[in-house]
Amino acid sequence: MNSISKTLNHRKKLKNNLKIITEESSFIKAQRMDVPEGLYEKCPSCNRTVNMKSNIDNDYICKHCGNHFRMRAIDRIKYIVDEDTFVEKGLGYITLNPLFQDGYEEKIVKYKKETNLDDAYIYGYGQIFGQQCVIGVMDSYFLMGSMGSVVGEKVTRSFEYAMYKKLPIVIFTASGGARMQEGIFSLMQMAKTSAAVAKHSKMGLLYISVLTHPTTGGVTASFATLGDIILAEPGALIGFAGPRVIEQTIKQKLPENFQTAEFMEEKGFIDLVVHRKELKKTIAKLLAMHRRAN
Amino acid sequence: MDILAKERKVKDLEKQLAQLGNSEAIEKIKLEIQRYKEKEMTKLTAWDRVLLARHQLRPTAMDFINYMSQDFIELHGDRLYRDDRSIVGGIGTIDGIVFTIIAQQKGKTLEENLERNFAMPHPEGYRKALRLMKQAEKFRRPIITIIDTPGAYPGIGAEERGQGHAIAENLLEMSQLTVPVISVVIGEGGSGGALALGVANKVLMLENAIYSILSPEGYASIIWKDASLAPKAAEVMKLTAYDLEEFSIIDRIIKEPLGGAHFDKEKTYKDTKAAILEEYSRLSRLSPTEIHYQRNNKIRNFGFLQRFNYENLGGIKR
Repeated sequence: MNSISKTLNHRKKLKNNLKIITEESSFIKAQRMDVPEGLYEKCPSCNRTVNMKSNIDNDYICKHCGNHFRMRAIDRIKYIVDEDTFVEKGLGYITLNPLFQDGYEEKIVKYKKETNLDDAYIYGYGQIFGQQCVIGVMDSYFLMGSMGSVVGEKVTRSFEYAMYKKLPIVIFTASGGARMQEGIFSLMQMAKTSAAVAKHSKMGLLYISVLTHPTTGGVTASFATLGDIILAEPGALIGFAGPRVIEQTIKQKLPENFQTAEFMEEKGFIDLVVHRKELKKTIAKLLAMHRRAN
Repeated sequence: MDILAKERKVKDLEKQLAQLGNSEAIEKIKLEIQRYKEKEMTKLTAWDRVLLARHQLRPTAMDFINYMSQDFIELHGDRLYRDDRSIVGGIGTIDGIVFTIIAQQKGKTLEENLERNFAMPHPEGYRKALRLMKQAEKFRRPIITIIDTPGAYPGIGAEERGQGHAIAENLLEMSQLTVPVISVVIGEGGSGGALALGVANKVLMLENAIYSILSPEGYASIIWKDASLAPKAAEVMKLTAYDLEEFSIIDRIIKEPLGGAHFDKEKTYKDTKAAILEEYSRLSRLSPTEIHYQRNNKIRNFGFLQRFNYENLGGIKR
């Protein structure tokens, strides 16, 4: 049994004890990545159908055109962290409905069931090719990975945990921006997470930010673009305003590769675009180069 | 009937007033105006406040600056690309104290608005603001930021020059300043574009200003796929000064005259100046470390959530 399922079992036990969360956790089922043989999906880039099963074996990369599919947070952790080393931290956050928005609680419950996460962000301790670090992953399947109070708090906590352990931090971002349903509270998370980056940075610790498809809005305008080293996956949408908003504002068609990772690299806002197959190696190298004496 | 319709009625009455010569009738109509205002303009809906915050006659940042500081010197440019006219920055003395003042400036006419880009800054505007804040830090000058923007500009050039990065950098650096920072929201506080100047020790807000994650129109079109439901969106978004004070997102509300700031501009300027100086006099007693701590502590506590207390399985902790 690997560490992820250990953590999950632990969490499940806690949840059962609490009996406050009503929905049943099927986390373990989801993270085994079991997809039936006959399931096909259309690649959004080359429009060809791909077999999901072989696609997953290929690290969610389209075998025809090399398009990187979105990855769930749990898959990402399985892919990037050494087996048996991940320990999830910051469990048990409950998303509330501060503005009493209609249907928001139901939405959260639905996504919680679907993704088996507390909210769109998960973090913990892990090793990447033996390099110790704190690793945080956003899940774009949870309400577009939007940043509400819980995501903001957990991101801040992950930096605080890294400071406490004097560890570097690696964050994979995938987000549509700040969460509208929590209004001004979501906006303030931008300030909160940025301040957390500042404190972590002051301690002389490394922060690697990996931008994956899509990273836009309030997340781009806060911790995502504040990394000491910013990596990105090929073809990822990266920007502040969404393409639709820009088109409506300037009433023009946007250029072909506008706001892609390659575009942002060309404009000088990303250190390196890294293919998914190379990502783990690159991060491990960077971590090794920044290893501290203590 | 929204606030603008009510305002038109008041304006009609005032027009009548101007045509009359008879002093008795003047007094009568004046009284009528006053009564009407008190009756109709005291209980405002959130949408009314949105309309007032965007009002054509509403005082702009430069009006406040010119009233507060007679010797304001504007400083231009971000030293990297160009000068963004939608953000005004400079140094000025207010009651003998030298402040760095940074403000988002709306235009009063269409030409001026085009020049100011409707107070929607580009990345270079935020970088200019950051440059001036670092300058203030060097010379230990307190900072006043005046917020009045629909949001950061969404355009091709802005994206190419790193709008997200510019805002993020401002948030990070502002949280680390050791001089007092006071922000005043005088009109619209639109999303990240406003927050990039709003990481402050004290955030003040005019009574009819708004501060939100995006415009009510944008919210309505995303949630309900219909931008015309903006008035309804304004109600549910909790974007008025009173809502935000309740959430302790802002620290203080500056009262406006009945019917909005433009009915008595002088009084609005005077009250704003007094409020800023009062907050500054409190902050000026703190040491740089305390100022830094106070701001960071405030930022750290933003959020509305709960967490299970695992040590004690029954309870819930914040």
